[in-house]
Amino acid sequence: MASGIKDKVAILGMGCSRFGERWNDNAEDLMIEAFVEALEDAGIEKSQIEAAWFGTAIEEEHVGKSAVPLSMALRLPNIPVTRVENYCASGSEAFRGAVYAVASGAADIALALGVEKLKDTGYGGLPQRNRGSVNDMFWANASAPGSFAQLASAYSAKHGVSKEDMKKAMAHISVKSHDNGSRNPKAHLRNKINEDKVMNAPMIAEPLGLFDCCGVSDGSACAIVTTPEIARSLGKKDLITVKALQLAASNGTEAQHNSWDGSHFVTTRAAANRAYKEAGITKPRDQISMFEVHDCFSITELVTMEDLFISDEGKAVNDIMNGFYDADGTIPCQIDGGLKCFGHPIGASGLRMIYEMYLQMQGRAGERQRTEEPTLGMTHNLGGFPHQNVCALTIVGKEGV
Amino acid sequence: MEVGILAYGGYIPQSRLQRSEIAKAHTWFNPGLKGLAKGERAMANWDEDSVTMAVEAARDCLNGYDREAISAVYLASTTFPFQDRQNAGIVADALSLKSNLQAMDFSSSQRAGSAGLSLALQVAKGGGDPVLFTTAEKRETRAASPLEMTSGDGAAAFLVGQGKVIARLVGSHTEAVDFVDHFRGEGADYDYTWEERWVRDEGYLKIVPAAIGALLEETGTDPASISTFCFPVAARSVAGMIAKKIGLPEASVADNLQANCGETGTAHSMVMLAHALEGAKPGDKILVASFGQGSDALLFEVTDEINNLSPRMGVSGYLERRHAETNYNKFLAFHNLINLERGIRAETDKKTGLTTLYRNKDMAQRMIGGECSQCGTAQFPKSNMCVNENCGAVGTQDDYPFADRIARVNSFTADRLTYSPDPPAYYGMIQFEEGGRLMSDFTDIAPDAEVEVGMSMRMTFRVKDYDDKRGFRRYFWKATPVDAPANASKQGE
Repeated sequence: MASGIKDKVAILGMGCSRFGERWNDNAEDLMIEAFVEALEDAGIEKSQIEAAWFGTAIEEEHVGKSAVPLSMALRLPNIPVTRVENYCASGSEAFRGAVYAVASGAADIALALGVEKLKDTGYGGLPQRNRGSVNDMFWANASAPGSFAQLASAYSAKHGVSKEDMKKAMAHISVKSHDNGSRNPKAHLRNKINEDKVMNAPMIAEPLGLFDCCGVSDGSACAIVTTPEIARSLGKKDLITVKALQLAASNGTEAQHNSWDGSHFVTTRAAANRAYKEAGITKPRDQISMFEVHDCFSITELVTMEDLFISDEGKAVNDIMNGFYDADGTIPCQIDGGLKCFGHPIGASGLRMIYEMYLQMQGRAGERQRTEEPTLGMTHNLGGFPHQNVCALTIVGKEGV
Repeated sequence: MEVGILAYGGYIPQSRLQRSEIAKAHTWFNPGLKGLAKGERAMANWDEDSVTMAVEAARDCLNGYDREAISAVYLASTTFPFQDRQNAGIVADALSLKSNLQAMDFSSSQRAGSAGLSLALQVAKGGGDPVLFTTAEKRETRAASPLEMTSGDGAAAFLVGQGKVIARLVGSHTEAVDFVDHFRGEGADYDYTWEERWVRDEGYLKIVPAAIGALLEETGTDPASISTFCFPVAARSVAGMIAKKIGLPEASVADNLQANCGETGTAHSMVMLAHALEGAKPGDKILVASFGQGSDALLFEVTDEINNLSPRMGVSGYLERRHAETNYNKFLAFHNLINLERGIRAETDKKTGLTTLYRNKDMAQRMIGGECSQCGTAQFPKSNMCVNENCGAVGTQDDYPFADRIARVNSFTADRLTYSPDPPAYYGMIQFEEGGRLMSDFTDIAPDAEVEVGMSMRMTFRVKDYDDKRGFRRYFWKATPVDAPANASKQGE
């Protein structure tokens, strides 16, 4: 059994651009905005960064292929830079690369940066695009909301939860995210809404209405990581360290084998079991103090809280309606507004989730700061569709927790 | 040995456009349309064309027959999706027929349907092995034209050959006359038509009786003995006039399906023949004739075998599977008769690599998946590594056809975001009863239909994407609700 990543790597600095409709900024401008903040936070020189990982997914809409756009945007001194893409989990993928580089001793200080510039398509929502020459011959003409919406029909059928109860719980999730987003100056959507508005919104993909869907945004986020020893030598105290990094990719079971019922994420459950083990967590509901999950759609958040073994299977609706995941609830989920309101610049999202953990654990989250500083947090960054996806889980926490 | 029809099949698209809605839109311009504004016309879905409709009619026809025995596949239409790519070959592929067969397209005339059947019978008589003859039409018409009112979309299919024929060919006769009542020249989208009175008096009433008269004389048939006279013409009185002129019983004039289907172009004589066979009894004499640069006349005598024919939808079954479409704008949009704002999402390039298509043809056009010879798991698409996590065997997949299997809905949605010519786009995970699953597009979901988890679906061959830039279209199979069993008509009931 591998020894795992726990406490081997610390976060030295983080940055995040304002997310939203950044009509007047190129992807490069967003990268610089996130990077400058992170570099200043880390308190190092650019020349001290020895390797970088660049996460972006729909590069044809903005920077194009390869790692060169990152290296050029930040004028990196010819260091190794790797571009990674793993659907919407590309940001977590970049973080994994940088963290593993430090853990392996290949680099003392490494950078992970994610970016996406999605507001140059001419319409709302993710770009309509081809899926690969063979896939296009037989894949359903599916959008992201249409794919995730199906969780609701399968979940309702399996657990006997009525469409109305589902819709109400989903509405609560979205209202909560808007409340949280309203307190986040970097968030894309900062307006408060109520449940009536969610329930009566135009239908996007049944049963998901407009407010069940996250914002599609421009933005960038980045992390600079190093070893705890180097962090301390640079004068850092109360370190935030990486506790677990897990990734699970679908192997076709959900899409092609009849063992999956369509109501949950096979990958999330597999990755969660491994992540808790790696971090030494035995009772996640008692031990984890905050979550940032991939709430691309309200239904995704609902189902995910069961797949992470926080709510009992079939019971997430109760926890949601009881306010368990609200900003002032037992375990806040999306206290920064989540994908729903902070926004979803694909390649940046995984790093944005870690950014919020990092701020909250240092008491730097401003108006949305939890009264009691969280000590252990989990990010859940999902790419793809419920029937074929990648699930990236990251656990970070205070050193020694 | 006698040659004749071994089996028949029909197909009419589910939507029936109400003619009153067409009239409502256009009588300000052409008040004459009011006279045609009764009943409804069959309206193909956006993902249907002559090839897909022919495939459905053929599947209906071949219900219970050994497809391996088929020696030729013909498709007659004047609305082929491809000018240079054998359309009958696509039909043969979708039916998973063997490659050592003769495939042929018949076109260029409203007589192509009857001429094709006539030739298929001759080939089957000479060659011995059964021939599959299909015909389909999806006629493009100008808005506010009488043809838009009187036309309908549909298809018919016949398996012809020797042996247990349900209808014996008594004889056939063809008159070829270059009488141009309408035409569609190279590069033209629509028909150019001449005055109806002239067409009736000099065309229908002279050329058709000549063909029929010759046939009856050659076969020594008493006109009064004809049970059913199938003649495709929108104005039913014309068929009556022909019947009277020849001495056919008045009651023999068959329903031209103008009220509930419309004239399916070159396929219509054959659609009417399939329809006539549904209600036929042993001993019936069915006369079918056509008109288009001459006339074909074919005479069949129904045999006792018709009582042994397996149940099938037939034209009537598909006519019962019906959604009354009252939105004429949808018809205009499906036929590009209005310049609809489809949005930027519609711009996605749908280019097909021809190498990719050929390599994956069995998957895409035949819907052949795999079955693991070690663990028995069925999967789609076929893969060289078994999807069963407890197996994972390499190179153990045998071909496994999915197209004719029934699946159930596991999850689904109605998507208004993704671009679809007919939003919302319905799709979902479907699970086949014997194993295997697929995230599948759904089609023919009527606006008033309730899709539910657990409901039964069958697969149907449809256009997956149009590549308008290059004039290509790719086909795949989509899931559609299984028709209520009550709709399947059994012979003699």
